[in-house]
Amino acid sequence: MSHLQAYSIKSRLALGATVLVILATALPAWASLGGDAASIQADQLHMQGSRTTKAADAYTVHEIQAATGTVVREYLSPEGKVFALAWNGPRLPDLRQVLGSYFEQYRAAVQSQSGPRMARRPVMINQPGLVVQIGGHVGAFSGRAYVPEMLPSGVRAEEIQ
Amino acid sequence: MRDMRIFMSLTACLTCAFLIACGGGSGSSTPPNTITSSGSNVAPIVVNGGPTGEYADAAFASVTVCVPGTSNCQTIDDVLVDTGSFGLRILSSALTTVSLPQQKASDGNPVAECLTFLASYTWGPVQTADVQIAGEKASSVPIQVLSDTDFTAPSTCTSSGFQSADTLDTLGANGILGVGLAAQDCANPCPADADQYYECPSSGCEPIAEALGQQVINPVALFAADNNGVIVELPAVAAGGEPTVSGSLVFGIGTQSNNGLGGATVYTAPEGSFTTSYNGQSYPGSFLDSGSNGYFFLDSSLTGLTSCANNSDEAGFYCSSQNFTATNQGGNAASGAVKFSITSAATLFANPGNFALGDLGGTSSNSAPFYFDWGLPFFFGRNVFVAIVGASTPGGAGPYWAY
Repeated sequence: MSHLQAYSIKSRLALGATVLVILATALPAWASLGGDAASIQADQLHMQGSRTTKAADAYTVHEIQAATGTVVREYLSPEGKVFALAWNGPRLPDLRQVLGSYFEQYRAAVQSQSGPRMARRPVMINQPGLVVQIGGHVGAFSGRAYVPEMLPSGVRAEEIQ
Repeated sequence: MRDMRIFMSLTACLTCAFLIACGGGSGSSTPPNTITSSGSNVAPIVVNGGPTGEYADAAFASVTVCVPGTSNCQTIDDVLVDTGSFGLRILSSALTTVSLPQQKASDGNPVAECLTFLASYTWGPVQTADVQIAGEKASSVPIQVLSDTDFTAPSTCTSSGFQSADTLDTLGANGILGVGLAAQDCANPCPADADQYYECPSSGCEPIAEALGQQVINPVALFAADNNGVIVELPAVAAGGEPTVSGSLVFGIGTQSNNGLGGATVYTAPEGSFTTSYNGQSYPGSFLDSGSNGYFFLDSSLTGLTSCANNSDEAGFYCSSQNFTATNQGGNAASGAVKFSITSAATLFANPGNFALGDLGGTSSNSAPFYFDWGLPFFFGRNVFVAIVGASTPGGAGPYWAY
């Protein structure tokens, strides 16, 4: 919670800051992969972002434009669960925030990927229950994360981007 | 990169028109790949596995840092030459004989930086040094000193989940010399919510805004002369790789008799990238990066190459062999074909003594936006010019690459 408050202090609008803190106390602190629709709102507040939604046949895409210029798209299933994320922009999103309960699994996997050839190379994590891919370079990152088992019927991984 | 603006000049347009007319459009003319060996603006570089003896396709240079205004200096060997980042970063553990002054925020607290690379981040204090490379000098340069222990990295820095690259084992080098298309390493000014610069009172580090003049900066931009860019010159490498190759990092473009553009084609990169086309598809967001240790492009479905096994030492690289032709196009519409070959990483790594691998490649992404990261193998056998944003050169203003 202190993290959200740190963001609110930076807000130029005192009123906005007040609303932010009140909402933050009413919402789950951690989101969002595997979370519900409210967790998307928590992500939006965390990123001080604006949000638009777009409906597809088997899911709804919630696109958050973060204050840092990074865009995060969260894929919500008909059952109301976030089954996938995709992002691009000058900064990585706060992956601890948007991967939520999947963050530790992701972190263990990404930190085990430093082979003896010491490559600085794209992240490719393909595990049962979690796929995370991150590419780009300093100042321009893109990536996506999803839980294969949570993809709604008929949705292909290629649609997540 | 965000603060890059479009710079077009009459000179650039005329140069492009001339080069296209002369065959640059088909990529059939290849400028000579001669290694400049002497000059006060020439620093030797080497591809040899680096200080850990295991870093393939990485070029290293020596950089001297001095306490500002003094002759109290230390030369740091094995600094990675990286055209994909901006500014000098040195391991704290490598700075054994000099103690550099700490940059302070307006309230007197020490300033630190967090910079996210792909799959790692660097963290540590911002300090000030006079920087010497070959015969070139820059005064009072903000640099990043890489250390996990001077200050504790805050959660906003570690939220990528990446490993820090602040030790010899994790960086594979004693530092990074970022000589890319920009001078400073953030926007003007760098906003606090970028989570890049921090002030660090004893209670812990908090994000701050950082003015352009305080940011970590490509030291080349602060040289008295030869400050508009660099040339990375490396020879071609035999198929299958070589243990080591030597080349030069030349400072300045068209500022001396030894750094002219010659027949090189200028590809402007207005947003820090250009477009690579392959198999009928265009991939904007592609870039040249000597700090990437392979050709990283597309994925197995788009290339027909086999990806190496997930849990192998070669994970992320391609494990089959094939020849390719792609076309690069700059923002100025100059274009040229690039022929390259990929050899299975398992084959290349089977000879552990070879560190210059001209045919090493891997996946850049399994999802859109796809792109080509032309890493160090691209630089073998080419002289690659990197012009800094806004800098004036005989080929027009930066940002551009030329080769």
